[in-house]
Amino acid sequence: MSGYVTALVLTVVTVGSIVYLLRARRIREKYAAIWIALAIVVLVIGAFPAVLEWLAAALGVIQPVNLLFLVTGLVLFLVCVQFSVEISQLEEETRTLAEEIALLSAKVDAQAAATQAVAAQAAATTRAALDHPTDGSVAPASATPVDVDDPRPTAPGPTERA
Amino acid sequence: MSSSVDRALIVIPAWNEEAALPGVLAEVRAVCASRPELASTDVLVVSDGSRDRTAELARAAGVAVLDLPINLGVGGAMRAGFKYAVRAGYTQVVQLDADGQHDPRAITDLMAAAREHDADLVIGARFAGAGTYEARGPRRAAMRVLAGVLSRVTRTRLTDATSGFKLARGRALPLFATEYPAEYLGDTVEALVLAARAGLTVRQVPVEMRERQGGQPSHGPLKATVFLLRAVLALVVALSRPSQVSTADRGEVATGAAR
Repeated sequence: MSGYVTALVLTVVTVGSIVYLLRARRIREKYAAIWIALAIVVLVIGAFPAVLEWLAAALGVIQPVNLLFLVTGLVLFLVCVQFSVEISQLEEETRTLAEEIALLSAKVDAQAAATQAVAAQAAATTRAALDHPTDGSVAPASATPVDVDDPRPTAPGPTERA
Repeated sequence: MSSSVDRALIVIPAWNEEAALPGVLAEVRAVCASRPELASTDVLVVSDGSRDRTAELARAAGVAVLDLPINLGVGGAMRAGFKYAVRAGYTQVVQLDADGQHDPRAITDLMAAAREHDADLVIGARFAGAGTYEARGPRRAAMRVLAGVLSRVTRTRLTDATSGFKLARGRALPLFATEYPAEYLGDTVEALVLAARAGLTVRQVPVEMRERQGGQPSHGPLKATVFLLRAVLALVVALSRPSQVSTADRGEVATGAAR
């Protein structure tokens, strides 16, 4: 009789911990259904072992416990396969994200370099105007042609050094 | 390709290659400067989650850099490179190793072969006559078996299926930008199967292959066996894969005909 109590306590603990994980949002809902179903099956068989005997007889399994082992193995196998699929999907998603991050940061770097080039050129124009205050023909900084498509990094302009 | 300008991008996947990369970049630059047909060619280094100064050195050399935050393998790095190329409007992509194994002077041979045969994918092949590079022992046997099978799949004679020196252009670019395989040997074996099943034209040109600078390729019988087994697995999986690609391709052809 003590074996029966042990089994019952174990199933209750199992079900309890799954419910706890669900409540703590440590398991996503899409995995929750299968775990809840499994927990209920474990609880029912733990509480009423006669169910297992009846099932074993109905399926032609002589030793009820063998049916339990078979079903357990099958369920674990399916869960593992399911996890492999999910992990592969996650890896593919991670890969795509890594690619996009690299592409984005390359774009940002190129734009930062272009902005820096514009700033450097504007500073140079201002300095030229200050050096030659009598020369009235200095073009405004915005009119200076700057190659914004040039992705190469540029040396910091004089403004940043000051 | 109806674009008037044929823009080529040399993609160099590099994983912790700070020792060899500057030399390779300098050599590529020298070759591009000396050949008029390579004058408008750009270089992209894909740092594949490198933990050394690979990306930094590439930026210092003034080439475009994709710095992947995690290591994705050659296939993953190349898919990122193909994406970059497609989005930036390049029409040809040349894959070149960062370890100095590939001679950048052979890039013009790849381009010439692509034009001559109207090929979408050109492999720069070792063991094809040029150069003295030779694999020895069981690994060589493994590579031969692989090349034999892939020759039938791609309906052309290939002597070196695992070469990382390749030119892709035309329809190969959008295909590789989305589908380039990241598995082990995916960038070589599986990519060839992918190209063949999408109906792309594959050709090879003999290139001279230099000894790589540092690091020895494995030649032991056990490693060769493992290599062959993994290659066969990659091949079988690739061949048995449901071909969504060619379905999409047929769709494209159909809409093209409707237009």
